[in-house]
Formats: sequence, structure tokens, C-alpha cells
Amino acid sequence: MNRWPQFLKTSVIALLMTGAGLMGSPASAQEKSIVVASTTSTQDSGLFGYLLPIVKEKTGIVVKVLAQGTGQALDTARRCDADVVFVHAKSAEEKFLAEGFGIKRYPVMYNDFILIGPKDDPAGIKGKDILTALQTLKTKDAPFISRGDRSGTNIAELALWQEAGIDIAKDKGPWYKEIGQGMGAALNMASASNAYVLSDRGTWLAFQNRGDLAIVVEDDKRLFNQYGVMRVNPAKCPSVNKELGQQFIDWLISPQGQKVIAGYKINGQQLFYPNANDPNA
Amino acid sequence: MQDFTDALYTAAALIVHLDPELRGIVFLSLGVSLTASFCAFIIGSPLGTSLAMYRFRGSGAIIVIANALLGLPPVVVGLVVYLLLSRSGPLGSLGILFTPTAMVIAQTALGIPIVVALVHRMTVDNWAAYGDALLVDGASRLRAMVPIMLIGREGLLTAFLAAFGRAIAEVGAIIIVGGNIRGYTRTMTTAIALETSKGELSFALALGIILIILSMAVSMLSLVFGRALTAR
Repeated sequence: MNRWPQFLKTSVIALLMTGAGLMGSPASAQEKSIVVASTTSTQDSGLFGYLLPIVKEKTGIVVKVLAQGTGQALDTARRCDADVVFVHAKSAEEKFLAEGFGIKRYPVMYNDFILIGPKDDPAGIKGKDILTALQTLKTKDAPFISRGDRSGTNIAELALWQEAGIDIAKDKGPWYKEIGQGMGAALNMASASNAYVLSDRGTWLAFQNRGDLAIVVEDDKRLFNQYGVMRVNPAKCPSVNKELGQQFIDWLISPQGQKVIAGYKINGQQLFYPNANDPNA
Repeated sequence: MQDFTDALYTAAALIVHLDPELRGIVFLSLGVSLTASFCAFIIGSPLGTSLAMYRFRGSGAIIVIANALLGLPPVVVGLVVYLLLSRSGPLGSLGILFTPTAMVIAQTALGIPIVVALVHRMTVDNWAAYGDALLVDGASRLRAMVPIMLIGREGLLTAFLAAFGRAIAEVGAIIIVGGNIRGYTRTMTTAIALETSKGELSFALALGIILIILSMAVSMLSLVFGRALTAR
């Protein structure tokens, strides 16, 4: 019977030890860190895995990335839960600025979207321009996976349907599947069901489960994909770390940071093209 | 089958090489889930025990609620904890969103109903069998609580393990409140979700194999610990 206090004691000690272990873990110590709400493409493409150790080495800032998709990332920042947003949907970013949540938008880099589909291209759209391709997919009821998550890629996709003269909200049928998940999940689904899907090129190049998928439409100027970075406004969110947030942005758009971004390659292929100097980007 | 054999080889290689990043992920997973299941146990077991010993207005309702919450979706718990801890939420000033502490809170909330329901179920039977004897000595019900828990100590261990199993396996809550930040809040389950989304399916499965091994190790250790506890 007197083993009970012993059990209690052991449990309490174990609890304290795990607790102390958590407190003592290096990342939770006081350090220079910021939270950056960003997109799934910057993470799934491996860019952050490559970039952040360099950021830490050059600026001393530990960047904690939330990979969420543009719409959700901006919402996280609206709730004051991030210091910086790094996303890719200019229209949504400008709305964020207009609401007063962001201070200034800095263009950082671009790449492009590509239409992915089965290698044998059952809809016969290979090499067409993107608008014709989408119209053909609609006419032939070809299976299409949509992110459906208000991400930058999803916003771009919806704008393309509109430009192709298709009211996708009204015209979608069983062939059009909105999955509400990240880019990688959408590619996995397309790979498993031989469907068409719009992807950013970076995630595609890094993606390992291609199955029978290949690029069917690319190099259309409508498929341009611009990334921008913004600091969250301390007037709206007093808790944000404005100094470190600005230092991070300053480094990204500095000649050194831009060169590092250009240096990220997979199999010799560059994933992102720096363009902080382009005022219209 | 190629995927499965690849995963087995990758898992073996990962264990042999003990990659430092993986080690950090394993420690965080164990640390968060063990802490959370201990917290759930410390809160839930006295509650479950007293619900079996005392009857009061509303005690039946609490038991029904605890049993219903066994099916609590982790993603809902994650969302509620997120809204509470968000900078624009009521506990925002604590600044603990996207930290391991937030993950412990969410998993504790998931574990409490399990501990309460299991401990209550077990104690009802024990109380029926031993309650009168414990009270006959003139002890108050409060005093009888420690001996009745002692009688059911093996059941308490099962309740703890059930809470731990729930915690170590779930991804829905911690990915929302932890943010899956590399080197900081990335656990086994969130890493598996991430690798799957990168299309690294066999690597993801290899992590899954390691997670199962870990989970089995914790159960075995607890059972050995439990046996030592019940040994004369």
C-alpha cells in the first residue's frame, strides 16, 4: 500500500523532467526570432530549408515559418500571430495593405505557374496557351484538381478560369474537385487519379511523387507568379517584432539576399528569380 | 510493394544514423505528448475517481459529457486553443501560440476526457466492491480516495497510456497550435504530414514506422513500471 506515494513521486519527477526538457530546448530560449506566415509553396519547394540557415548565419535571426497558403497566412497576420507575411497573390496583398495590416509591400522574387497533367494528355492540350487549355478541360470534362483553399495558387487559378470566360463557380461539375489542401496534397491527388492541376513551378520541381504526371502547359505570360513580403503593422498589432521583421525583409531584398535566392537550384534548375528591384512587380 | 520496402530501409537507416534533426523531432514528440498525458492524468484521475464516489446534481451529466468527448476531434480542440492563445484572443498576452507549451495544452485537453471516462468506469466497480469496507473504518470519502485509487492502479496506468496514445498519434490539434515550425514545433506526426505533402511518401512512411516503434517502447516501459508497482 505504501507504494502509492512512491508512484506519485516518480510521476511528479518525470513530469518535471519532461517539463524542464521542454523549457531547456534550445529554440525556446530567449533568442532573436520572428514568426513568418508564408505559403506552402515556399516550404514544399524546399526554399526555406535552404534559405533560413543562411538568414540565421548572416543576420542572427531565427525565422519560424508557418506554411499556410496565402489566404490563411494573411488571416494569421490579421490576428497578430505573425511578424511578417511572405506570400504570392498581389491582389490579396494589396487588400491586406489597404486594411492597414501591412506597412509596405516589397516584391522579392517570381517564378511561374505550370499546368500539370497525365503524360499521355487525354484532353489533348499540350503546348496550347493556358486559356485554350482550360476551355478544353471544361468542354471535355477532364478531371481537374483545384486547391480550393484561397492560397495564392488557388487565387491565380480562379482568375485564369475567369479570363478564359468560364464561370467556374457555376460551371464546375464532378470533373472539378476542390480539395482544400496544400500544393503537395493537390499534386499527390492528381498523381493518384491522373488529373490536371495548376502548380507553381518550384513545388513541382521539388515534388517526388510524380507518377505519370508531366508539364502540359507552360511559358504563358499569364502564368507569372510574383512573391511579396510585408511587415505586420505595429499600430494594429503592438506585439509584433518590428525591428527583426524589418531586418529580415531588408536582407531578403538586399543584393546578397537576392543572390542567395537565385542560387537555390534543384537538379541544376533555378526555382525562384529575384526581382526586388522591379518597382512594378 | 516498392514503397514499403523503401520505407523499411529508410527507417532502418534513420535509426542507425540518428540524424540530429530527427532526434530533436522525436524528443519533442515524446516530451510534448508525455507532459500532456501526465497533465491529463493529474487532472483527470482524481476527477474520474470522485465522480464514481460522490453523487451530486450534475455528476451524471459530467460523466455523459466526458464519454461523449472521447470522440472529440483534435482539429476542433486545436482551433479552440488557437483562438484562445491567438494574440487577438483572450490569452494572447501570454505569447505562447506556436510554442511547445501550446501543443501541451491542446493535447492535455484531448487527454482529460479519456482519463476521466476510463478512471470513472473502473472506480465504479471498485467502489461497489470495496467502498463500504473503506468507509466502515470511519474514514471520510475524501480519505478513502487514495486507497480506492491504489486498488485500481493498473487501471490508472491504462488510462494514462490511453491518453498518451491519443496524444502521440494526433496531428490535427498540434499542427494548428504549433504551426509545424522546423526545429521548434515539428513533431513526428506533423513531419509525416509535411513529407507526404512533399510527395516523399516512403520517407513519410519511414517516420511512421519509427513513431510506431516509439509508441510501443513507451507502452512496454509503462507496463514494466506498472508491474514493478503491483509487485509485492
